Amino acid sequence: MKALVSVKRVIDYNVKVRVKSDGTGVETANVKMSMNPFDEIAVEEALRLKEAGVVTEVVVVSCGVAACQETLRTALAIGADRAILVETDVELQPLAVAKLLKAVCQKEGPQIVILGKQAIDDDSNQTGQMLAALLGWPQATFASKVVIADGKAQVTREVDGGLETVSIKLPAIVTTDLRLNEPRYVTLPNIMKAKKKPLENLKPDALGVDVAPRLATLKVLEPPKRKAGVKVPDAKALVEKLRNEAKVI
Amino acid sequence: MAAAHPALTPEHEAMRDSVRRFVARELTPHATKWDEAGEFPRELYKKAAAAGLLGVGFPEEYGGAPADLFHHVILSEEIAQCGSGGVHASLFSHSIGAPPIASAGSAAMKARVLPGIIAGEKISALAITEPSGGSDVAQLRTTAKREGAYFVVNGEKAFITSGVRADYYSVAVRTGGPGAAGVSLLLVERDTPGFTRTSLKKMGWWCSDTALLRFDDCRVPVENLIGEENTGFRIIMRNFNSERLGMSAGAVGFAAVCVEEAIAWARERTTFGQKLIGHQAIRHKLVDMQMRVAAARALVYDTCWKLVNAPRDPEAIAQLAMTKNFATQTMQHCADGAVQILGGAGFIRGSRSERIYREVKVMMIGGGAEEIMKDLAARQLGWQA
Ligand SMILES: Cc1cc2nc3c(=O)[nH]c(=O)nc-3n(C[C@H](O)[C@H](O)[C@H](O)COP(=O)(O)OP(=O)(O)OC[C@H]3O[C@@H](n4cnc5c(N)ncnc54)[C@H](O)[C@@H]3O)c2cc1C
Repeated sequence: MKALVSVKRVIDYNVKVRVKSDGTGVETANVKMSMNPFDEIAVEEALRLKEAGVVTEVVVVSCGVAACQETLRTALAIGADRAILVETDVELQPLAVAKLLKAVCQKEGPQIVILGKQAIDDDSNQTGQMLAALLGWPQATFASKVVIADGKAQVTREVDGGLETVSIKLPAIVTTDLRLNEPRYVTLPNIMKAKKKPLENLKPDALGVDVAPRLATLKVLEPPKRKAGVKVPDAKALVEKLRNEAKVI
Repeated sequence: MAAAHPALTPEHEAMRDSVRRFVARELTPHATKWDEAGEFPRELYKKAAAAGLLGVGFPEEYGGAPADLFHHVILSEEIAQCGSGGVHASLFSHSIGAPPIASAGSAAMKARVLPGIIAGEKISALAITEPSGGSDVAQLRTTAKREGAYFVVNGEKAFITSGVRADYYSVAVRTGGPGAAGVSLLLVERDTPGFTRTSLKKMGWWCSDTALLRFDDCRVPVENLIGEENTGFRIIMRNFNSERLGMSAGAVGFAAVCVEEAIAWARERTTFGQKLIGHQAIRHKLVDMQMRVAAARALVYDTCWKLVNAPRDPEAIAQLAMTKNFATQTMQHCADGAVQILGGAGFIRGSRSERIYREVKVMMIGGGAEEIMKDLAARQLGWQA
């Protein structure tokens, strides 16, 4: 069976993100970009399923600008078999990505689609759920363990109260949480092999998807600067401050 | 983020990313602990191998990955980010020990020893320097006398990295007459009777294993000759480009770590009512440090580019010799500046700058000492009486 994994190109997690001076978004020019960490976990999980003999092919897909190819090459270097870029310069919102992924799913026919639970840039946490709804497939989000057997996925989910295990019928959507696995290091031989793996380029029009944004961003602001903390001499002073300054007790 | 050199490809950058991640996760958090303990776990070789780091530059058929000099530069620069030269020296002792085998060893030797080294199961060392001298390699005194199917080896080697723990030693020996033309390279294995090793204590590189080797009538099979008899000198020289460029890149990396630590400290520390970084004298010092890091890094990448295009060009080799000096002087300048900015804390063990300060001299001495590099540069440029 085939696994499809979506990967997003985001600002690297080590970069201190800066808001553009005109308030239209965050600065991405000259900024290091990487694969969304949750998506790396998704690629790793698909590869482990392949290594376990459950999955036979791992296809990665990314939607966005031409530079997303780099992210796809990273996924191929981790070990995915082939890649699809749905190329567009339009700003993509979760619903548009879900629609594009739906079209790719219909074309590719995967039995399992693995996505990150969210991307570290906009933290939307929507694409996987929307994709499941659009396809009418079962979903298991925030996975910390995935076991596949007999046409079903048994997924352990990280929920507020602890862990919840669900069993869903394939084909299905799984989104990854942090503790699902620890992605492997990319090695130089695999980086070189990735160069030769197939990378298909599609356009939203060809997939019949209208990706125009449905939401307009009015303004992006820096979070207010946090004031430096103060040291209090004793518990009494702390209680006094909590009561009269912070007004929380 | 502009690449360090226009010739770098996305694949180079992908490797940098991967090494950086390995360093942040597997090396940096443990560097101080390992250095204080005087060793790092042997297991680390396997981890580095699994991440593909030990195979860089070795043939694919033995588990390696063909690489150009830029890959070596990137690897050394990124490993240095852990702030411990000792980790780098021992973990990568095969990067000086094994290339002679890969380039000149017999097919049988390569197939027997390279896969284990590249997989991190066996440790490889290079033994050239002797107690009587290291710079003048052509004068080495360790002898290997042919007796039937064996060479009988007698002599001593000094300051050998991975000297206690290694499994395979590429040892420079005298098989012929005096001078460079009488030198051969022999593969000596650790369990050879008469071969003993003594650990040495050092100013820095504490977690690196450094030893004095002694050979007393060690019988080494003739098949263990690396390359032809009496061609050892040339084989040793072959690896100098990548070793010296790697050391230069490492020195730049260590210098950068010092600057980073000094800036972080200067932002935190308050003196005379303001942050240290608020004092112009400190900012100027930091800029002087950063200026040298930028210049040394640019020089390393420029030299690399020249050597990629013309590995034997005398001007490029002269530039490499100067690059090693400039990069290690930059490391010295930045370690000194950082320890000064850290104040008393910079003298106390535990900061990266304190450790790097103690690791400067070995970088200026090993792999061709500063004076030897200057002689080499002048000679390559034809500046002779
Ligand atoms: C921690 C550590 C690890 C090492 N690891 C290894 C290893 O794995 N394998 C290995 O083979 N070696 C190793 N070495 C040895 C290193 O390569 C030598 O120390 C180096 O080559 C210098 O040789 P030497 O110490 O004998 O100094 P010498 O050759 O005795 O030189 C002493 C000083 O005199 C200067 N000098 C020498 N000749 C001249 C001249 N003609 N004109 C002007 N100045 C001159 C030198 O530059 C140096 O400053 C290591 C050294 C150290 C400290």
